[in-house]
Amino acid sequence: MVKVAVIQYPGSNCDLDALEILRDIVKTKTDLVWHKDLGRDDYDAYVLPGGFSYGDYLRAGAIAATSPSLRIVKKAADGGKPVLGICNGFQILVEAGILPGAVLRNTTLRFVCTWTRLRVENTRTPFTSKAEKGQVLEIPIAHNEGRYYLDKEQISELERNQQIVFRYVSEEKKPTEDANPNGSIDNIAGICNHEGNVMGLMPHPERASLPVLSPNNQKDGRVIFDSMMRTLDRSRA
Amino acid sequence: MTPGSYVVEVIVENKPLARDPEGETIHQNLILKGGFNQVTSVRAGKLLRMSVEANSPEDARAIVRKLSDELRIYNPVAHTIQVRIVG
Repeated sequence: MVKVAVIQYPGSNCDLDALEILRDIVKTKTDLVWHKDLGRDDYDAYVLPGGFSYGDYLRAGAIAATSPSLRIVKKAADGGKPVLGICNGFQILVEAGILPGAVLRNTTLRFVCTWTRLRVENTRTPFTSKAEKGQVLEIPIAHNEGRYYLDKEQISELERNQQIVFRYVSEEKKPTEDANPNGSIDNIAGICNHEGNVMGLMPHPERASLPVLSPNNQKDGRVIFDSMMRTLDRSRA
Repeated sequence: MTPGSYVVEVIVENKPLARDPEGETIHQNLILKGGFNQVTSVRAGKLLRMSVEANSPEDARAIVRKLSDELRIYNPVAHTIQVRIVG
């Protein structure tokens, strides 16, 4: 049976939400694993949850990125297994060099906690295969350092390689400045690695996977977990 | 070449192309508002001051440079660093 690990760092605080969605809603065998206890590449997929690992000291994600668990995650990623980084998990994957770029302080200099609209730009990842290109998902964000940054040249490369997975958009589905909550370059909300099996995003799909949690009674975040499970089930079939 | 304890500072700041909203805010809303129009820009950064046991100031600087690169004290995608001996 497929087995997923949610890795817990000191300061993770969305770990139980991710665990509950995967275990109780998506019905997948999921373990909550303390980062130091992740001894081997024993799982079929890894989720790095949101939070404030190591108090965001130095830079968000910078210290957790040196945890030995990241070597195991890197190995799994190199082997093609799905790896999902949500919010602080995304920052950790970037700081560990598993995903490109940097995640900087919001241009507003404020912690933003709000619902956003995300346009799906790429459906070839294990996390978006059940979504439609151009589909808009309503998923909340909650962060102080969410401004994705890469220089222009590398952004063009990401674009060429179809590594941009989500953009913040307006009601009209346009990536406008007003729809950009943190100053991310090109309204980027989530990216994947070159192969597509590692994805990081600032928004929290685990907070938008039950109708009761969302203002419009939807569960848009589910598509990310459902896509991941379909990929895993197929790879096991 | 005097073995001893040296104080080395690492200054981390955003690259010129990566916007620095904190510096911009301090400039716009404090310094210019306070009438110091001579100041044309502000960059905010982070300062780490380390005491390092080394054989010489150069060694101390080299150790700090190495750890800054290896442990990613800065993210080279977005930041630059200066490493300097202050004592």
